Amino acid sequence: MPRASPSIAEPAIEVVDLRRTYRTTTGTVRRRRLEIEAVRGISLRVEPGELFGLLGPNGAGKTTTIRILCTLLLPTSGEVSVLGLDVVAHPREVRRQIGYVFGGDRGLYDRLSALDNLRYFADLYALEPRLQRQRIEAVLELVGLAGRGKERVEGFSRGMRQRLHLARGLLHDPPVLFFDEPTIGVDPVGAREVRQLVAELARSGKTILLTTHYMFEADSLCNRIAVISQGKIVAEGTPDQLKAAVTARAVVEIEAYGVPELTVQRIRELPEVENVTTEVREQAQLLTVQAREGSQLTGRLLQILEGVRVERIAAREPTLEDAYVALVTVP
Amino acid sequence: MSAARLNRHLYRAGPAALGWPRQVGMGWWYQLKMQAQSGFVVMVSLVQPLIFASIAMADQQAGNRTLPLLYYALGAGIMGIWSTVVFGCGGALSWQRHQGMLEPLVMAPAPLVLVLLGITLGTATVGLYSMGATLLWGWLIFGAHLHLVDPVAFVIAALVMVVALGLLGLVLGASFVLYRNANSLSNALEYPVWLICGLVVPLSLLPGWTHYLAYVLAPTWGIKAMRAAALGGDPWVPVLWCVVASLIYLGLGVVLVSNVERLARVHATLTFQ
Repeated sequence: MPRASPSIAEPAIEVVDLRRTYRTTTGTVRRRRLEIEAVRGISLRVEPGELFGLLGPNGAGKTTTIRILCTLLLPTSGEVSVLGLDVVAHPREVRRQIGYVFGGDRGLYDRLSALDNLRYFADLYALEPRLQRQRIEAVLELVGLAGRGKERVEGFSRGMRQRLHLARGLLHDPPVLFFDEPTIGVDPVGAREVRQLVAELARSGKTILLTTHYMFEADSLCNRIAVISQGKIVAEGTPDQLKAAVTARAVVEIEAYGVPELTVQRIRELPEVENVTTEVREQAQLLTVQAREGSQLTGRLLQILEGVRVERIAAREPTLEDAYVALVTVP
Repeated sequence: MSAARLNRHLYRAGPAALGWPRQVGMGWWYQLKMQAQSGFVVMVSLVQPLIFASIAMADQQAGNRTLPLLYYALGAGIMGIWSTVVFGCGGALSWQRHQGMLEPLVMAPAPLVLVLLGITLGTATVGLYSMGATLLWGWLIFGAHLHLVDPVAFVIAALVMVVALGLLGLVLGASFVLYRNANSLSNALEYPVWLICGLVVPLSLLPGWTHYLAYVLAPTWGIKAMRAAALGGDPWVPVLWCVVASLIYLGLGVVLVSNVERLARVHATLTFQ
């Protein structure tokens, strides 16, 4: 029987065989119905007080999953609960227990001041009027916007907006927080402050589910990580466990100029090579080659790169990013 | 304050204890604050009604119309209020979606119907700009006499009509949440309602079947009540019908909003794409 009050004995977040299909149409004259499976059987469990990371490329199903957890979308099938509360049967009770912080410029009333934005949501979250001022001051102080509350949001920088998003998410002091790419588009200093705040919240006992594209962010913050690709979880574990999955591999980085596509293809075709990614860095190209074993790899790569101007070639320890690339790259 | 202590306050208070009037009232106030700063809303509620008021009053002064200038000024004012409600409610909700606000609003534990009600009542209140503008314009430019036969009834009729239009806006707004191109529907609703409610020509000139439509629309009763209070007649019967229409809109709005929220969660229409 579904419960309507939060439980601390159960996992903070539990997802069992979650599926979500979007239905859409295409074509102007001959309209065709399309079904897009955004999430294809995800199961995960986040314990109270844990900081859990959900990593994956664009379109992998991270935001769909987080929106279902936040009661903004209904699942096509599967079971989803927050603090033991079913998100389909008890959306209002779930909403009292969670805070949702998303990245980007939108999601605030630009023509209102930061204080008015927070006051309005304090009312919508049923915060008692006598507590509102105290709580609003506390969250503004916490996110570093003390003294800026009376300014209109339209004059805020991206970083300040992001901090205001955070303040709103924390206003009712929810035990479970969802952060959807909270540092996207924020300058490095601002992003570091956001990360520090997330870490502080995790230390204070909040359960946090975080999605991010930045590997170092997940590596430094998360207790556990699930890597999601094409709507499925392809790996789950601590950052060290995920890195360990690729430690047997060799990673070689090559900085070179004017590497032809044919040469990259020849590297990919080497029997021991698992994966090659290319990245343009000003005029140079950075090739990251992952291989099963690396004893002879550097020499063989140099042979293939004969005639190409190679600035630097070096083997290094695999990182979480290497693990992530290996997991989400479709062969 | 510790998290546990704060949570205790929250759970004891809850939305019911905080009271829906505060949630609607604060929504109304902040919406009013934002709409009053919007150039588009000010233009819709001021420029267009002044043009219609000028045409009607100039026509009256040319001897083509027989009723007092105040009659036409009131009609043009209510046309402006209706435009503000139609564009404001449709535009406000698609604007909320465009700004990424629909998701945070739906995610708040307050019932969505209260959140939307605050928005639509605030929008309808901004429409009062139109009424003030056409009355002032008629007095300044055309020399209309602003003597009201029953000023108290006039104010009550205006307030009841604003609430009724805000609630009608809730019904429209609830439907608009599901449609991403709400503004095109707004355009289609503006002129027919002006006609059907007797704001452009008297109802008696329209075919009989249109009267049934007119009876369910609050502007019909609003203009009757305000004209009766201003120029003489019984304003209270139309005020009562305005209240009845409001209650019907409220009931319809509650049902529609809960349905719309469920469908939006099924079809993923809360975000702007």
